[in-house]
Amino acid sequence: MKILVAVKRVIDYNVQVRVKEDGTGVVTDNVKMSTNPPDDNAVEEAVKIKESGKAKEIVAVTVGEEKAQETVRKALAVGADRGIHIKVDGIIEPLAVSKILQKIVEKEKPDLVFMGKQAIDDDCNQTGQMLSALLNWPQATFASKIEFKENKLEIVREVDEGLETIEVNVPAVVTCDLRLNEPRYASLPNIMKAKKKPIEQINASDLGVDTKQRIEQIKVEEPPKRKAGIKVANVAELVQKLKNEAKVI
Amino acid sequence: MSREVMEYDVVIVGGGPSGLATAIKIKQLDTNLNVCLLEKASEIGAHILSGNVFETRALDELITNWKDLNAPVKTKVNKEKFLFLGKSKSLSWPTWLLPSVQKNHNNYIISLANLCRWLAEQAEALGVEIFPGFPASEILYNEDGSVKGIATQDMGLDKEGNKKDSYEQGMELHAKVTVFAEGCRGHLGKKLIEKFELDKGKNPQQYGIGFKEIWEIKEENHHEGLVMHTAGWPLDNKTYGGSFVYHAENKQVFLGYVIGLDYKNPHLSPFDEFQRFKTHPSIKSIIEGGKRISYGARALIEGGLQSLPKMYMPGALLVGCDAGTLNMPKIKGSHTAMKSGIIAAETIVESLKENKDLSIYEDKFKKSWVYKELHAARNVKPSFSWGLILGIIFTGIDQILFRGKLPFTLKHKHADHETLKPANVMPKIDYPKPDNIITFDKTSSVYLTGTNHTENQPVHLQLKDKDLPIKYTLEKFAEPAQRYCPVGVYEIQNENNLEKFVINSQNCIHCKTCDIKEPSQNITWVTPEGGGGPKYGNM
Repeated sequence: MKILVAVKRVIDYNVQVRVKEDGTGVVTDNVKMSTNPPDDNAVEEAVKIKESGKAKEIVAVTVGEEKAQETVRKALAVGADRGIHIKVDGIIEPLAVSKILQKIVEKEKPDLVFMGKQAIDDDCNQTGQMLSALLNWPQATFASKIEFKENKLEIVREVDEGLETIEVNVPAVVTCDLRLNEPRYASLPNIMKAKKKPIEQINASDLGVDTKQRIEQIKVEEPPKRKAGIKVANVAELVQKLKNEAKVI
Repeated sequence: MSREVMEYDVVIVGGGPSGLATAIKIKQLDTNLNVCLLEKASEIGAHILSGNVFETRALDELITNWKDLNAPVKTKVNKEKFLFLGKSKSLSWPTWLLPSVQKNHNNYIISLANLCRWLAEQAEALGVEIFPGFPASEILYNEDGSVKGIATQDMGLDKEGNKKDSYEQGMELHAKVTVFAEGCRGHLGKKLIEKFELDKGKNPQQYGIGFKEIWEIKEENHHEGLVMHTAGWPLDNKTYGGSFVYHAENKQVFLGYVIGLDYKNPHLSPFDEFQRFKTHPSIKSIIEGGKRISYGARALIEGGLQSLPKMYMPGALLVGCDAGTLNMPKIKGSHTAMKSGIIAAETIVESLKENKDLSIYEDKFKKSWVYKELHAARNVKPSFSWGLILGIIFTGIDQILFRGKLPFTLKHKHADHETLKPANVMPKIDYPKPDNIITFDKTSSVYLTGTNHTENQPVHLQLKDKDLPIKYTLEKFAEPAQRYCPVGVYEIQNENNLEKFVINSQNCIHCKTCDIKEPSQNITWVTPEGGGGPKYGNM
């Protein structure tokens, strides 16, 4: 079995994101970037499956600018076998990413495609679903547990009402939840070895995929500042304020 | 289980200006040497915080064509101001009356973090192997007692030291020469200084705590290239400190405050002094209508030549502020740190090629311009132990009339942890509440640093005696850790009338102030898991 894992380079989750003054986007210059956290879970799960003997090869793929390679390199350091970097500059929307991944799936012929359930920068939560539609493969989103049942996968999904267990046929697209596992650290020796693993670079334009933006971004602005709270003396005052000022009861 | 081992010619601990300069110079001199550089931050630059008005002398020597290589050294200083602040007034000091060491017309306003990122690119292009996210946590020794190398931290341990699922064992890096470039109060450097008695016959080291905020200000208040320093208010005559206001590119102002950690009043809160400073009319008028976008703090070295330890030992060298090469009257340490790295590199290459002892580092250092600078600067900081006014008068005589050539050397008498007076004999200080426009609290400030440490890992701020804070330090000094920590790591909480000393180590921004100032030296800073700590951008 072969697993393709898609990873994305995003602003590190600890960094306080700052909106550009002119409202055209967020500041990314000299900002710490990392792999999208649920993508780390996707890589970890693939590595675990390989360690259990059920998979033979893990290929990590990313779509983005030159530096996006770092995320593939990190996947290689924790256990992926080789990497693919689809080079494209500027903003790239989920549909274009899905179409690019479709081409890579056609080329690599994996049995499973793993990725994070959504990226923490645009929060789109679309790429996995659109890829499954393009491939006409089953999809299992928000996976928090993955088990092999002969030729099928039994997957527990994190949904609003609780946990949902489903069965999907293989090949399939699985998007991973943060609860799926605890990603391991890349050890220094493995990072050293990962520097020697191959990463294939492909220009997005060579894949014949139209990466033109479909969505026009009008403005990016900060959420309104939360007002300071107040202390009330007693329950009666609280009820009165909720009723008359906040008008929520 | 034995750890994995890698052999290098040179291992460098720390990716700041001194460590990167060392790495680059070694590869320039001998490209065949294997050089490995470790950095505890998640990326190079993420733990770097500095003013910074940069003197290019060492960079000119290291990479002569830095301008062609698009180094982030762009904003030339074009105007200077020095203000003495009273509570609401200010007195401008004519710049021609400033000692030449405080003149900056050939210097640049830079982000040292960005310069380090750029230096790391140059180093990698020369073949230096750089590994961010891997703190060196342990020094390894040969049987003859010489330094053999370092080991990296085990990752994935829980609070009690048990292995989690994500556990990864640390690794040993052995080297012919190990270079320690951890910056001010490096935790391994501290151990080496003690073990090899490198500070024997030297004065106790002196430190300061430096704060920095980056503000995006209104266009009409911004004068790119303007450098301003202040002394005086809000500090009293007895407390050493001052501010910097540097107008950088992109309408940004680097605003900072430095306070000597030899302060005496345990009620003093360096953070709140900095916040209060911003309310002075001559400062407020600059930042009003602007927005604070970054915050951080870091301890710095102030001891100068009198406190500079021996910088070599069998198998290892100290460079930059891991030893303490900052030039205090210049308020600059980047150029001296880089130069000490260049000299260390020359020492290493010569010693490996010609089998010479590392002690040649000292002769080379003494013959260099760094030594001359530090020698001329040596009397400034100690003279301020007589107070601000006498310090300024003496400094004027020493620096302007004698250009640092007075035939005597003043001493630093006390280590910073010895200077606090009991809380009950010192005045309490009533700091104004933050307005969340110009002044802020510690919680909203630490948020801007991007600091995080993985939950459930061993606490990296270790107490030698865990009862001491409540039993002794609270009663005698009103537990000053609550105030000297710039991000509120230390708290005294009251639970059912029982006082409890709480360490919020997740918030630690690795400034090392607690390790320095704790009156009983009861707190030891050790490396947390790699990649933790602040994630500074262009600090």
